Amino acid sequence: MSIKSHLSEVEQKLTISISGRFDFSAHQEFRNAYESLPVAPSQFVVDLDGANYLDSSALGMLLLLRDHAGGNSADIEIVNCSPDVKKILTISNFEQLFTIR
Amino acid sequence: MLESRALTVLIADDTDSDRLILEAIVKKEGHQVISVDNGIKAVAAYQEHHPDLVLLDALMPVMDGFEAARQIKVLAGEDLVPVIFLTSLADTDSLVKCLEAGGDDFLSKPYSRVILKAKIKAFSRMREMHQMVQLQRDQIAQHNSHLMREQEVAKQIFDKIAHTGSMNAPNVRYSLSPLAIFNGDVIVAAVRPSGSMMVLLGDFTGHGLPAAIGSMPLSSIFYGMVGKGYSMVDILREINQKLKQILPVGVFCCATIVDMNFSKRKIKIWNGGLPDCYIHRLDSGAVDTVRSTHLPLGVLNDANFKDDCEQVEMNPGDRLYLWSDGIIESRNKHGEMFGEERLKQLFENNAQADTVFERILDAVHEYSDGQRDDDLSLIELTMADPGQLPDTRQEYTTSRYGGLQEWSMTLELKTSTLKLFDPLPLLLNILVEVPGLRSHSGTLYTLLAELYSNALEHGVLRLPSSWKTTSEGFERYYQERQKRMDALSAGFIRFDMEHQTQGAGGVLTIRVTDSGDGFEHVKNINNGHRLEAYSGRGIALIRSLSHSLRYLGNGNQVEVTFVWDADD
Repeated sequence: MSIKSHLSEVEQKLTISISGRFDFSAHQEFRNAYESLPVAPSQFVVDLDGANYLDSSALGMLLLLRDHAGGNSADIEIVNCSPDVKKILTISNFEQLFTIR
Repeated sequence: MLESRALTVLIADDTDSDRLILEAIVKKEGHQVISVDNGIKAVAAYQEHHPDLVLLDALMPVMDGFEAARQIKVLAGEDLVPVIFLTSLADTDSLVKCLEAGGDDFLSKPYSRVILKAKIKAFSRMREMHQMVQLQRDQIAQHNSHLMREQEVAKQIFDKIAHTGSMNAPNVRYSLSPLAIFNGDVIVAAVRPSGSMMVLLGDFTGHGLPAAIGSMPLSSIFYGMVGKGYSMVDILREINQKLKQILPVGVFCCATIVDMNFSKRKIKIWNGGLPDCYIHRLDSGAVDTVRSTHLPLGVLNDANFKDDCEQVEMNPGDRLYLWSDGIIESRNKHGEMFGEERLKQLFENNAQADTVFERILDAVHEYSDGQRDDDLSLIELTMADPGQLPDTRQEYTTSRYGGLQEWSMTLELKTSTLKLFDPLPLLLNILVEVPGLRSHSGTLYTLLAELYSNALEHGVLRLPSSWKTTSEGFERYYQERQKRMDALSAGFIRFDMEHQTQGAGGVLTIRVTDSGDGFEHVKNINNGHRLEAYSGRGIALIRSLSHSLRYLGNGNQVEVTFVWDADD
């Protein structure tokens, strides 16, 4: 598992890329990626291109990010999901809370 | 150098002085000379010495030069032995006669040394060239016969791999060129343990050995996996991945693969790059087409490969036609293609469904005037009642049926193991030994992972999920998880798994027991959770992905069933 993040200066858009297994062990790193920023980003992208697996605790972590980003007014996109990962997000009705592409 | 090579030159002249002059000239050029004074001796000398060049006087006693030339040319067979007539005759008729007798040139008396020298050189070059052409022709012929022998042997090997299946079932008719593997076409068919029949028609790009080579792994994967009951999607993926791995870029395999389910009277079909398949309806005579909606096999890597299939109902007597592009693209002598229109007409103009197969072959044969028959690959598959087909599965069930079928197992993880070992890969590896479960490995992994983390966190480590209601609590939960895990001194998690076959599929039961205190599952079980809640999602996931979930005992035991059907 590895997490990389990138903040674009112009749009204030934070992209968090996760590869490998996205489960509870990613918790600390995932949180660091969005909490320790000098400016609050206005837009978030979670790139799951490299993530081959996601468990229920990862779902919890995505919700924590959503809260941090403003709850119902949060602008978060989850992109590049593998079919397995997408299935889990769909079963959990996450498309109602996030933009999943 | 060619010019300086010493030749053997036969000179036949009955005039001693002429002969001596010639001998002198030729010898001076460094060639060997054999001299005779009439035609019979010339022929005999030719047989004995096989000279490179013959100089013949036209008019000689006993046998003249014309007759000698004829005999020498016959003896020489396909070797080129230049014959130059020496003649004092100057009239056109005589010179023509020289050439008609097989002479290659003539030299008029008196001899010009310069011209003779030039002619010897010229004919020596010509002879040299002729020998090279002969040699190359022989080499080509030899290589060709060698290649044909190799192809025959390769075909025998290929036949043993490719034709072990159900090609001879009564509902299958096919036409494939005798040396088809060297035009890159392949047909394989086999009956799955569930009784459905799988057929694949493939057409590799290119011709010859590179095209043929890919059909070997294709056939062996196909027969191996069909016999073991793997799903069509698994087989497709495996073949695609193997071909992608071994074939050079630019070589790939256009293919159609069909799973024909006789009891449900439907087919599952995937077409990647082959022409539209036709389904000819028995009752209405209508033709439905199945288009290619995918890239050929061996192009995309596994991650990008699309395995979605089309399902089509077929009634008994309905016929499915698969073909390579050789039929549509076969050309008449004006270079025009047979085309789809002509093919379609064969179905429309014919009420007799059972003669369409022959009609197609005859029509294409007639159209192309028998020119390109070896590019035609055609299969006709008829939907039949299960009872009408001989049961060819027996050979698989006894000798080839691999993989787990009905089984149960228990794995109990004790304290020291819990701390260090992730049991999920091990358990998943066992589950996918059931061929039909392999395509569900993603779902099974999620089931196992959620069951395991619940048992570990809430059971063994007694972590309350109520902590996870705030961001800080979430943090605390996972810090505490690590802490309690490190300090763990007692606890276990037991997996009891059982698999039963059921119809064309099976039922997997996973029961997970932990050393925890359990919980009041009767009260909690129907408490829905809010969508935005940080916890409680694992159970919901399990419920959605499995057939059933229930808690047993005091809640420290959970049982999940997963039902699968090979036909889905």
